[in-house]
Amino acid sequence: MSIERFESIFPPERLLVSPAHISAYESDALTAFHSRAAAVVVPENADEVIAAVRLCNELKLPFVARGSGTSLSGGSLPVAGGIVIALNRLNRILKLDPVERIAAVEPGVVNTQVTAAAQPFGLHYAPDPSSQTICTIGGNVAFNSGGAHCLKYGMTSNHVLGLKAVLASGEVVSFGGESRESVGPDLTGLFVGCEGLFGIALEITLQLLPRAETFHTVLAGYRTLEDAGNAVSAVIASGLLPGAIEIMDALAIQAAEAAVHAGYPKGCEAVLIVELEGPREKVAVERVELDSLLAASGAVEIRIAADSAERMRIWKGRKSAFSAVGRLSPDFIVQDGVVPRRRLGEALRRISEMSTETGIRVANVFHAGDGNLHPLILYDGREAGALEKAENLAGRILKMCVEMGGSLTGEHGIGVEKRDYMPDMFSAAEIDLMKRIRSAFDPLEIANPGKMLPCAEAPALKSHGLHPLERAGLISRE
Amino acid sequence: MIHAPANAQELAEIIRSSEKVLAIGARTKPALSDVDAGVQLVSTRNLSGMVEYEPEEFTFTAKAGTPLREIVRILAERGQYLPFDPPLVESGATIGGTVAAGLSGPGRFRYGGIRDFILAIEFLDGNGVHFRGGAKVVKNAAGFDLPKLFTGSCGRFGVLTEVTFKVFPCPPEMLSFHISCATPAEAVEIIASAARSRREFDALDYSPDRCAVFARMRGPAGALNELADELQCEFPQSIRICNAVWEHITELRFAADSEFVEKRPLTLGRMSSIVNEATRNGTRCHVCGGGSFAWMHGPRPSGEAANITHEQALILRGDRRNGASRSEPEPTFISRLRAAFDPHRRFG
Repeated sequence: MSIERFESIFPPERLLVSPAHISAYESDALTAFHSRAAAVVVPENADEVIAAVRLCNELKLPFVARGSGTSLSGGSLPVAGGIVIALNRLNRILKLDPVERIAAVEPGVVNTQVTAAAQPFGLHYAPDPSSQTICTIGGNVAFNSGGAHCLKYGMTSNHVLGLKAVLASGEVVSFGGESRESVGPDLTGLFVGCEGLFGIALEITLQLLPRAETFHTVLAGYRTLEDAGNAVSAVIASGLLPGAIEIMDALAIQAAEAAVHAGYPKGCEAVLIVELEGPREKVAVERVELDSLLAASGAVEIRIAADSAERMRIWKGRKSAFSAVGRLSPDFIVQDGVVPRRRLGEALRRISEMSTETGIRVANVFHAGDGNLHPLILYDGREAGALEKAENLAGRILKMCVEMGGSLTGEHGIGVEKRDYMPDMFSAAEIDLMKRIRSAFDPLEIANPGKMLPCAEAPALKSHGLHPLERAGLISRE
Repeated sequence: MIHAPANAQELAEIIRSSEKVLAIGARTKPALSDVDAGVQLVSTRNLSGMVEYEPEEFTFTAKAGTPLREIVRILAERGQYLPFDPPLVESGATIGGTVAAGLSGPGRFRYGGIRDFILAIEFLDGNGVHFRGGAKVVKNAAGFDLPKLFTGSCGRFGVLTEVTFKVFPCPPEMLSFHISCATPAEAVEIIASAARSRREFDALDYSPDRCAVFARMRGPAGALNELADELQCEFPQSIRICNAVWEHITELRFAADSEFVEKRPLTLGRMSSIVNEATRNGTRCHVCGGGSFAWMHGPRPSGEAANITHEQALILRGDRRNGASRSEPEPTFISRLRAAFDPHRRFG
């Protein structure tokens, strides 16, 4: 068996083959799917990653790069019989230059570690997916992760200046660099969000932004989702550019309250979180406008965070909402379709109708500023057919998003979960072009096959329940 | 002869019937279309106009040949703008040409460059087949990011027919400052400190010729006046200046028409040496976007003396074929990538 060939690269303790060792890698945060690799290798440096990829190339063996396994689209689901390359030990911050405002990191560095390292210099790394305390930059790069601040600051791709990568073909390449500008086609931009289909990033250069001096965080409770939606429209129409605009519905509020006691207003059908940020003089002027606008928006209750502790409490409720939903239901699917913002109200009404019609509970948490929905579809995997019904509802929601002129995914990626819906968003010719682009980087189709692009891969097995790490409260889904 | 197709179908026909083809906009960056006689030039001037504009979505879609001037005007009517300050707006540049060249201006400092605001594209590949990439919403992670790949690609992967952008509400007021500095090293210090300050500058440019850093703030008037007072404490040499300075920069008026003009990416760490080297070689420059790139200009390309490759600088004006910048051999994956879009190599 060809797995022995990896013994020339990895000592036995970093070449995992026994079921006891590799079962932890069978699933990621899309817990409904699992699949077993032939081996998991644990490189400690870039050379070992390159050697592993080149050996996979020689053996025509599929491989999946994995960080912390927090993908919500099954992006790091192993390929049965393939290799998992676990990158957590490539976790060094190689450089942090406060003058250039950049950091160069290895792919296994955890998202919040970048901000922690930058903080003494008054800087931070902007993309903030909810799993940021555990997810890795390598995974963020592969899936172009988002967070709550995307309208103003963009997604991961807007913060990656350059990268060094080993392509699936075995070539080692460098794209971009330390400058925020470049000439020539933006290959860095193409690589970010490739879902691991081109190869593995080995070194990633990130831009850091100065941390805002002041925040003004407001939580407003509403009797209806529509009222909250109208308040968002009013904020947008005012010409303000908040750092974040988030909405949670009643079921999500209930879950978050039970989990972290964030003190959200009782009896509301929706809460809206709006956050302004910037120099104190600017926030002082803008908050007057925001506060008066929200006061006139029909809110039942308005709370303004008086200090950073209150601000953190408001955000904790929001960021824990997904895992918290685990308390309401043994299983759930989270979707992340995008609709044009003006159609948010219509989209939520239709989701609610679909929920009533199917008898499946759906909680909603969403980035209202950028139209990115996160319907949480609750089901019990122990009931025969429940997962299929939930998936069916999820599919109807995705199709609705595309029909409304939006997207299948705002920040979770297509992965294995949504790949069969790609034809709803892209023509056969467009998908074919994407396959040709992938082949330019991965002629043998060995890098994360079965993700993003529809193909003939055998479907993964399905299971139910929270991921073990999620049950422990270590990861969350956003 | 330059063809100017009336629509995408005619454009597709021209692509299919040409051996080599290059799309041009208003030719405000003439070196980019300074090609051999065998290359069929095709103008996008009839593929012009705003297709969709949804102010409440912060997005618009325009045909590739739409002049930036028209886009800027339409956005301004609704209090919105392109924060990255696309260059050559008043000179007639088109949105498609600006994407293909990958150009941003002073405002790229605050919220990012053109690559950070492009959301979706429509284009014709080397077979004249129509494709879309990205999505017309402000957030999207579905499929490969073709809009970014096309940014700066100079027409090598396809001919853009439509582009969709994210826009922002334009802050009500703008204040501009002239902060004098004697040397490039001093300018680096000023930019580095301002870039990390709590004030959130909107633009930080440096003109070695004028021995000054030009700084800009945007926001509500009341707040700006307070911030400006404090700035004058930190940099006593700073003086308020007229906002017209920015148009002078974005229209590249610091360069004479007869001069070479090129874009060269920079870091603050390399800024001093590049400015000094340029001065020694008789080249001048304007450092833009908080030190992220320089507009080099002079009687000959800066790369000639510096021996830099054309992957490191983009010549926009001047005889490119006399420009001495070297070309590196194309990596094999790039050849394969180009073949994915253009199997017959019609795009050069």
